[in-house]
Amino acid sequence: MSSYASGRGEQEIHVLAVDDSSVDRALIAKILRSSKYRVTTVDSGKRALELLTLEPNISMIITDYWMPEMTGYELLKSVKESSKLREIPVVVMSSENVPNRINRCLEEGAVDFLLKPVRPSDVSRLCSRMR
Amino acid sequence: MSLMALREQLNGLVNSMFLEGLLDDQFEQLQMLQDESSPGFIAELITLFCGDSERILAELTKLLDQAVVDYQKVDAFVHQLKGSSSSVGAQHVKLACVQFRQFCEEHNKEGLKGIYFFRCLRALNVVKHEYYLLRGKFDTMLQLEQRIQAYESKQQI
Repeated sequence: MSSYASGRGEQEIHVLAVDDSSVDRALIAKILRSSKYRVTTVDSGKRALELLTLEPNISMIITDYWMPEMTGYELLKSVKESSKLREIPVVVMSSENVPNRINRCLEEGAVDFLLKPVRPSDVSRLCSRMR
Repeated sequence: MSLMALREQLNGLVNSMFLEGLLDDQFEQLQMLQDESSPGFIAELITLFCGDSERILAELTKLLDQAVVDYQKVDAFVHQLKGSSSSVGAQHVKLACVQFRQFCEEHNKEGLKGIYFFRCLRALNVVKHEYYLLRGKFDTMLQLEQRIQAYESKQQI
């Protein structure tokens, strides 16, 4: 359930994690919750966009790159092309270290790129990027 | 068996898995994430991993059984399994997947298609072997954890 606290004061930071792998969703959720973030996980870019239209207070989107139907890059593009959503920082994760891929995502506006497997130290450096 | 003996057994098992290379330092990261507020985290992740892996292995078996093999689909599934094994620290399974993917990529070499198909088949068997070996030890690990946690919650009453 969303909480409707008015200020950021005691409002939790709400992160949306997108990954088609159930193992990786559980892992990223645990890492984020250990840092006291509120986390919602979805298994596709499509579901992410659906949730984003309903839930306005997302502080960050963390998405896997390789997903069937809609890649993390395509999700990133959709977010950055939307006037409502473009301010939300997006982080892309991938198990493959492909410089072209990383550059494309950064050029499209991703604030960071994480190599999998993700670990707590990777995520702690993201806190300064949260909206 | 006493609580201490159970803990020793569990530690001994996990240490031997690290020594044999079945687990790598990603599993250590998971151990550090598990705490009093989430005592079931590793069990949850392992359960998800095993469910996923067995589903993928079944799909791969079916795909390699076809008259015409769709190597793109095979590669996609192996990529998935490589990813989840990497996330839980299942090193041998991950490495077996890496090898498997190499054979998938090579399967198109002219004049040698038959050889690469059999290499893929063998690679799948290696992945299965590594997975089921790991799964057996994970089962033991989770049983020991459960017994330890049951003991600990009794002590708190």
